[in-house]
Amino acid sequence: VEAPLIAKKAEAGQFVIVRVDERGERIPLTLVDWDKDRGVITLVYQAVGLTTRKLSEKKEGEHILDVVGPLGNPGAAEKFGTVAVIGGGVGVAAAYPRAKQLRQKGNYVISIIGARSSNLLIFEDEMRSVSDELYISTDDGTKGRKGFVSDVLRDLLQEGRKIDYVFAVGPTVMMRAVAKVTKEYQVKTDVSLNPIMVDGTGMCGACRVRVGGETKFTCVDGPEFDGHQVDFEELLTRLNTYREEEAMALERYVKGGGGED
Amino acid sequence: MRELEVSKRIRSFDEVALGYNEEEAIAEAERCLQCKNPKCVEGCPVGINIPEFIRHIRNREYEEAIKTIKLANNLPAICGRVCPQENQCEGRCVLGIKGDPINIGGLERFVADLELSRGFEVPEKAPDTGRSVAVIGSGPAGLTAAGDLAKMGHNVVVFEALHEPGGVLTYGIPEFRLPKRIVKAEVGYIEKLGVKIKTDVVVGKTLTIEDLFQEGFDSVFIGTGAGLPAFLNVPGENLCGIYSANEFLIRVNLMKAYKFPYESDTPIKVGSENVVIGGGNVAMDSARCALRLSQKNVTVLYRRTEKEMPARRDEVRRAREEGVNFRFLTQPVGFLGDDRGQVRKVECIRMRLGEPDRSGRPRPIPIEGSNFYVDADAVIVAIGQRPNPMIPKTTPKIKVDERRGTIIVNPETLETSFKGVFAGGDIVTGAATVISAMGAGKKAARSIHKSLIK
Repeated sequence: VEAPLIAKKAEAGQFVIVRVDERGERIPLTLVDWDKDRGVITLVYQAVGLTTRKLSEKKEGEHILDVVGPLGNPGAAEKFGTVAVIGGGVGVAAAYPRAKQLRQKGNYVISIIGARSSNLLIFEDEMRSVSDELYISTDDGTKGRKGFVSDVLRDLLQEGRKIDYVFAVGPTVMMRAVAKVTKEYQVKTDVSLNPIMVDGTGMCGACRVRVGGETKFTCVDGPEFDGHQVDFEELLTRLNTYREEEAMALERYVKGGGGED
Repeated sequence: MRELEVSKRIRSFDEVALGYNEEEAIAEAERCLQCKNPKCVEGCPVGINIPEFIRHIRNREYEEAIKTIKLANNLPAICGRVCPQENQCEGRCVLGIKGDPINIGGLERFVADLELSRGFEVPEKAPDTGRSVAVIGSGPAGLTAAGDLAKMGHNVVVFEALHEPGGVLTYGIPEFRLPKRIVKAEVGYIEKLGVKIKTDVVVGKTLTIEDLFQEGFDSVFIGTGAGLPAFLNVPGENLCGIYSANEFLIRVNLMKAYKFPYESDTPIKVGSENVVIGGGNVAMDSARCALRLSQKNVTVLYRRTEKEMPARRDEVRRAREEGVNFRFLTQPVGFLGDDRGQVRKVECIRMRLGEPDRSGRPRPIPIEGSNFYVDADAVIVAIGQRPNPMIPKTTPKIKVDERRGTIIVNPETLETSFKGVFAGGDIVTGAATVISAMGAGKKAARSIHKSLIK
């Protein structure tokens, strides 16, 4: 997407809010890549509902009505030593800029990426290009280890691999599982949360999460938080708030064959 | 002033107050005593020459009336609707001592609407000064400052974080009090004055204030408002179904969630027992939106009594007419949910009133052991907003009152501790009124102008 102002300021860990058309809702998408010189940003999304479906129907040369950003805080970019960067599902794309950045900072990067099935695995080559080691898992065993990315991480830690820092992004249940493993082994872990957002600038609190017992706004205080402090149960509950409405909106759109009323 | 019938208005978001027709406006204008020392003007934060514009209405010189108003106020169709006139111009009207004050807001609205329907005349502008000003935020303060600066001959660009300009006029105040076509039209007038508005730019993130100076702006005005919602910080506040008023109103007003799924993709959820917490205009707006969305019970919980409510009297009356319930001396202390994490009850405590506090209103004091429960499947927390911290956070050169989160300015010039950067409206005062923000925008425009031409 052409967005020179955003490309100029973007840092790993940040996101944008997009609105597809006049009637559209505002949704957050992680910044996956950017080119300051060409003024271009890269966004990766999975068509899971109405808005992402509309986005996926956009052709090259067409416009997205509104793109706002970069929002949120950049992630922790230090030299930790050996780091594990973990991405699940569409989150693999979101993991890519952080893996790239952590490697540039001189870390030894172990990437663990996963998906439900091999045909859903994305960004494998990109991740390989910025990793010292790459592991793959699929839920159904069609590629790499059968199981979850958190299982791969557990294997490594069990083998006695020393890991100084873990960054995970993907489905909330996946990040919860990763945080559970690293808590056992006491490895510092950041997760990139994905709550419901509206404005993305701290105005409304739709994205509020409990971290270490305190309420935080993901859009301005995050999106990355200490995985051992996050109340994942609350986040999972809040993500379901509009489940019926989301299904209804998608169904209407699909039946309408293009969203015309 | 005529109003839409209750039975009709609770089923739509159409404007409730219908405005004057010509005959009514002239009759009202004729009641004005045309005081030699008009108190009403003193009560207007932007100092409109009220007797003069009313005299023009009497003489059916509507073009002259609007010109008089626009010398002082760029956004009269908005102000005529949302100003708390009872505390301002109308509160000072001498007729109000014995009877009804002149409905100044209604008359301002009458001529402004007339102009809207006929199309704007763009007033003469000062010659181009070659100087440019960046205005951050397109709410009432920013739009006013921008309009005035453009008239003074400066090049003005307004940066807005959301996808529509207007600030609280667009995302906060509902359609039934301030139709969005009015906001669009008045923003259009500001653009006709030569102001450029750039939406989707979050200053502090997309661009910093330093970037703006580097891009060649000579001065910056910050009018970013008080958009940070306050929560109660009580147990259960993150249950599903609990909204900040900002979230609720943004979904309804900006994202048009009341048209979901037909003409809007943004969902909203209300229930059969809707509870609004707070006693200001934002609480009234939220309650009346919830009523229109749900067609079910809406209850406002307020910790003081009706007398202390900061909301406009007319809006409280209208809310009541529409069927909103009120429970006074009631303070929420927690929320209870079901096994799916959905809010079901508000735990409350009864209050009594004590000695006056810093605001001059009696302090509410909890009565130990008086806890009780109110059913709720949707809750809207409308207990106030704090200044938006985005710019102070990313611009350390700007000094802030740490406790209140407001930007500190020189009260004479509205200049901040960052030379060439001015601020006004809620970001300086904390949450206040539309018109006081406009007053600050005017004042800042004058001192920015002074600093640029010397």
